[in-house]
Amino acid sequence: MKDLDKNFKKDTETEFPLREEMRPRKVTTPDGQVIDIDPLADYFCQEAPKVHRKSYSAIVEGFYNWARANSLWILGFGTGCGAIEMRPLMTPRFDAYRYGIQWRPTPRQANLLVISGYLSVKTLKRAIRAYEQMPQPKFVVGLGSCTINGGMYWDSYNTIKKLDEYLPVDLYIAGCMPRPEALLAGFMELKKIIRKGEAEGANKYAENFDWYKANQKSVIKDWDMPDYSW
Amino acid sequence: MTFEWIHIAYAALTLFIVINYGMIMTALVRKIGARVGGRYGIPIWQNYIDLAKNIALRSKITHGVMYYLGPVFRLTGGVGLLLFVPTIYGSVMFQNFSYAGDLILALYFVFFGTLGMALGAGESGHPHSAIGVSRGLAQVTAAELPLALGVYAISLQYQTLNITEIVAAQQGSIFNWTLFTNPLTTIAAMFAFVGTMMRSPFDVVLAPQEIPIGPPTEYHSAYLALMQTNRVLFPVAKVVIYMNLFFGGATNWAEFAIKVFAIYMVSVLIGVVYPRFRVEQSIRFFLKWGLPVGILAILTV
Repeated sequence: MKDLDKNFKKDTETEFPLREEMRPRKVTTPDGQVIDIDPLADYFCQEAPKVHRKSYSAIVEGFYNWARANSLWILGFGTGCGAIEMRPLMTPRFDAYRYGIQWRPTPRQANLLVISGYLSVKTLKRAIRAYEQMPQPKFVVGLGSCTINGGMYWDSYNTIKKLDEYLPVDLYIAGCMPRPEALLAGFMELKKIIRKGEAEGANKYAENFDWYKANQKSVIKDWDMPDYSW
Repeated sequence: MTFEWIHIAYAALTLFIVINYGMIMTALVRKIGARVGGRYGIPIWQNYIDLAKNIALRSKITHGVMYYLGPVFRLTGGVGLLLFVPTIYGSVMFQNFSYAGDLILALYFVFFGTLGMALGAGESGHPHSAIGVSRGLAQVTAAELPLALGVYAISLQYQTLNITEIVAAQQGSIFNWTLFTNPLTTIAAMFAFVGTMMRSPFDVVLAPQEIPIGPPTEYHSAYLALMQTNRVLFPVAKVVIYMNLFFGGATNWAEFAIKVFAIYMVSVLIGVVYPRFRVEQSIRFFLKWGLPVGILAILTV
């Protein structure tokens, strides 16, 4: 099942106007000064992501990777029904904190974005922004079948099918839904990948930036944000 | 006190011990909280790993000079608070840069970090930061009132502004502590203590469930690492002041560790029992209960 079939693909012929609050405008300040405001230029950094090299010393990089693996901060952002499976991980029964996994409320402080279940096109836009605001190195885990091939939403007009075409995924946890045990096992697996230094999704994203952007723009109908939103 | 170069090395040693103590202690407190809740809890060295991870992050972005200076000021507040009060009473090594008027300076340093953070968070441009920091300043200002009154009462009682002399006056017996010689002042100051430890019920400023997560919303990587260092250092430095003023100070590191942990647990215990206040509720609480006790302490001393 392809996301980019005829029905799914957005209509590139018609121009979608910017939302009102995103349009450039003139504003009179309280002291009478008239200033120009261009929200897209003023509020966002438009610079494309860079490829960040690893540390020169293998020992240092190994130590850093060990620290990254043992201090996974998850962005508290639930996209689909899978978000309900993350909550038990905070409770006494599963207690993910003992593995150094914590939840952070802001993307700036998170390293791991868990796409928890189906991703509607509307949510994809927010997920992309959240992902781009996270500092490197950052990891993405696709949770549930919906992120792999669409799952039960395989013929939905409004959800994406393959997450890997829009964000660089480090690890999938299959199932519908995977139980919290599966999540824990997945996180342990992710730790191994990070320890090996293979979790370079952010660099992959920067290298293939144009391809990812083209894919993202091909499904998001109202693209009213800059290409790269810091 | 005459200055000698070796004091700098001693001060650095104090700082090193206190930071490591703070790292372990805050992790231990979280672990105790987890065990009470039936969880296993974080590893005891988790704070170190988080710190290393945040320093190891590759991309760092800045929003300007003040954004960069915010965490620096915050850490300066913590370090300054620690270095200008005697950590271990009677020890030449851990006397730090204590001098005749250090009580006033300590009062200033308690507030310094919050002000620096206000500038830094303001420049980050995130609305949550601005709201969070204005909430924080309002709450801390209200909470500091009983502390200021308590400090005046203390300096009236002992007729000095030197923390070392205040500690010296409390030596000998447990009943020489300010806690027993002047309980009203201690109660007034403990209002401020609970109010500024950023724990429930007064943690609306930093709580992740509120406007996430207040002032540090935009802070990440090395900036956040600086703030994390301060998060473990500052509470300990503040507890050291309370220990010196009200609980007889400490004459060795073992006594220091036990007393700091016990005083810190006061705010933790209150935090796990009482739910979170909104900002206007906590300000009203301090003005209604903290302030009268403080005034009473001044009047009765």
